[in-house]
Amino acid sequence: MVAEAIIRTIDLSCGFGSATVLKKVNLEIYKNEIFGIIGPANSGKTTFLRALNRLNYLNATYRQSGEIFLGEQNIRTLSDNILRKKIGIIFALPQVLPVSIYNNVAYGPKVHGFTGKNTLNQIVETALKKAYLWEEVKDRLSEPAARLSGGQQQRLCIARTLAVEPQVILYDEPCSGLDPISTAKVEDTMQQLKENYTQILVTNNTKQAGRVSERCGFFLMGELVEIGQTPVLFIKPRDKRTDDYISGRFG
Amino acid sequence: MSTAKLRQQIAFIVLGVVTLFVIVPILLTIFYVIKNGIGAISWEFITQPPRNGMRQGGIFPAIVGTIVLVVGTMLFSLPLGVLAAIYLVEYARDNFFTRLVKLSVVNLSGIPSIVYGLFGFTLFVLFLRLGTSILAGSLTLAIMSLPVVVTATKEALESVPVSFREISLSLGATKWQTVRHCVLPYAVPGILTGMVLSLGRAAGETAPILFTVAAFYLPRLPRSIFDQVMALPYHLYVISTQVPNMPTEISFATGFVLIALVFLMNLASIILRAHYRKKRLW
Repeated sequence: MVAEAIIRTIDLSCGFGSATVLKKVNLEIYKNEIFGIIGPANSGKTTFLRALNRLNYLNATYRQSGEIFLGEQNIRTLSDNILRKKIGIIFALPQVLPVSIYNNVAYGPKVHGFTGKNTLNQIVETALKKAYLWEEVKDRLSEPAARLSGGQQQRLCIARTLAVEPQVILYDEPCSGLDPISTAKVEDTMQQLKENYTQILVTNNTKQAGRVSERCGFFLMGELVEIGQTPVLFIKPRDKRTDDYISGRFG
Repeated sequence: MSTAKLRQQIAFIVLGVVTLFVIVPILLTIFYVIKNGIGAISWEFITQPPRNGMRQGGIFPAIVGTIVLVVGTMLFSLPLGVLAAIYLVEYARDNFFTRLVKLSVVNLSGIPSIVYGLFGFTLFVLFLRLGTSILAGSLTLAIMSLPVVVTATKEALESVPVSFREISLSLGATKWQTVRHCVLPYAVPGILTGMVLSLGRAAGETAPILFTVAAFYLPRLPRSIFDQVMALPYHLYVISTQVPNMPTEISFATGFVLIALVFLMNLASIILRAHYRKKRLW
């Protein structure tokens, strides 16, 4: 079976002001896989992730060249809000809106025009179930989201992203602020979501990439050094720099 | 006691005493105004028009005039100031034009109020032929209030965490949906504070209304926005300087009513702000 590419970047280069952050990245991500992106700080991982849904443009000095395709479609042809509806993101620290649990999840569907109370209830419940949070919060949906624990908040963020029905979910070091048990729960959730979503995971935690991802890419100083099946990349990397990073000689 | 501790004690005392000096003038002013004016305060004083060359009767038309002017000022400066600040913070790129606008706002707040009065007189009263009217006065006061409203709104918007905007945009919300649902609601307390501060000043200013709206003696209520009105600060000026044999008690009582009015407005804003803060969940 030939895997179907859902995201393809061609000579993607990015920078902020005069600093270059990414150099000519060519990368294909397949449908329904979990793709890990590892690399030390300042290697351009997060910039790559945020280039995919154009969040980098929130910074006025951002510049970019090269092309990004979502399926067959060049993302240049999509407006910001359509693109971001299709490619959702989970931020590093759990960031909830200062409203109730329910309204955090309902916010996305609402801005995309779902207003019926029953429809919204249905969407919220489905999203929370998919994020494996429903059982923990079903009796306290009207409580402020800020009262949830860090791990619960991060799964709430996942539910919030799922509620707008994306095709691709980006994770920007989603467990960097979480304890091991919460981390395990988030990773479990990711495994369950594989069936229906393509997921890209940027992480500083090499072990997490090893646990969760099927294929992995190693970024170093803005370059995509190596890409391969995660077990292969971890056990027999072709590039010496990958070997050095994975075996902990630097980074 | 060690020297470091002793020094700290001295610093605390000095800072405390200096802080005390900040409130002394306010307390003294209020005390003085009340002491000299309380005798003239009565139900009749705040509900009746003046009689006998303003030496008797009340100040009802001036109270109504001031309230009308404050409301008029708010109607113009709130939307204008808030919308401009939203544009500056959320939409405008940092270029020559935006810097010019920001600089203008800062400079606008440094212009003496009498200059606003002259400007309002030439633009609204003469050029736009609004005449000496509530409309002209409100517009003049609104222009004077703009810098405070814009600056306060800007600060309120900027203090809303960037992450709220990122969350909203990342879910596919448009820029305006983001501003409307994820930024503005959390900026309301700050905007309110700025608005009330500027209205307090508008209520107490004499110079901007001098040529644009204020009536020397008009013991009836306004019938339209093209009417002149009496206003408390100008009335106070008139009875203190233009009317011979004026009982000082009445001047102080008028001053007291003006202070009380501004105080009530501030109180309303404090209550509103506390109400919004209770809803704040971050």
